[in-house]
Amino acid sequence: MSNVKKFVFVNRKAPYGTIYALEALEVVLITAAFDQDVSLVFMDDGVYQLKRGQQTQAIENKNFSPVYRALEGYDVEKLYVEREALAARALTEDDLLVPVTVLSSAELGALIDSQDVVLSF
Amino acid sequence: MKFGILVNEGPYQHQASDTAYQFCKAVLAKGWQVQRVFFYHDGVNNATKLTEPPQDDRNIVQRWSRLAEEHDIDLVVCVAAALRRGIREDNLAPGFRISGLGQLVESGIQADRLVVFGD
Amino acid sequence: MLHIINKSPLERSALDSCLRTAGGGAILLIEDAVYAATRGHAAAARIEEALARFAVYALTPDLAARGVADRLIDGVTPVDYGGFVELVAEHPASHSWL
Repeated sequence: MSNVKKFVFVNRKAPYGTIYALEALEVVLITAAFDQDVSLVFMDDGVYQLKRGQQTQAIENKNFSPVYRALEGYDVEKLYVEREALAARALTEDDLLVPVTVLSSAELGALIDSQDVVLSF
Repeated sequence: MKFGILVNEGPYQHQASDTAYQFCKAVLAKGWQVQRVFFYHDGVNNATKLTEPPQDDRNIVQRWSRLAEEHDIDLVVCVAAALRRGIREDNLAPGFRISGLGQLVESGIQADRLVVFGD
Repeated sequence: MLHIINKSPLERSALDSCLRTAGGGAILLIEDAVYAATRGHAAAARIEEALARFAVYALTPDLAARGVADRLIDGVTPVDYGGFVELVAEHPASHSWL
């Protein structure tokens, strides 16, 4: 177990406009497969990744939002969302497609501080 | 001390690859180790030998190849990101190899520090 | 934690997001983020405030490349690439705010 590190993925970008959110998710899944301690943070426009009701047919992009719902099956259960980021975008927890823990900016900062490896996409 | 490096952007478009390269040189100058450089997202474009910059510009791809050769550094290109962008074994510059994302996670586990360079 | 910022605060929210969430540690400004630490810049006041909570550094080669090395605000420490490496080594982890 000495090889288990705490990885946090800080998602600050919206989906589809760029590929970062999708490719970040690919790293999350692999990190979970390595039995690491994985946390996901969604702040700034990253909270849009979790918005319910994404319909991507007309832009001919793969809708990867169902993957967030499947994370639980990979033992990735620590999803944190910044309260201030939701409020700034007129979103509430009910708008999100998975259960999350909503934290204040300062609480999120402390959480990121406690991690061994920080990957921001 | 062992450093893992992640490069998320391609050459020339962003400064990320330049800064990562200078960082690696500074690590080596201190007698420390670059455990691996992992190229992800558009960063995989750092690995193509088809790059031909103008004569008066730096050759970012060759610079990585030379660093790998002189200091035995592992340059790894993410296979999924590479295939998406047309980077394959047959257009890979010397010193680079294609492998899976597990190599990035391994870097996070094995290196003392993982430093990310991107947009 | 070493917070690495590489974007101009007039273009992206990385610096503001870092200052909003992080409690302390060190901030290293590189690439286009170095403009934030120049005298009279719209973000300079934020950097000066941040000096109460963070040690703030700026990468000299990036300041020089952009013609602003002579405008660095007081309290921000210039570092070269070797200094960058030392900062990463001194902190248990680094966070690149991409």
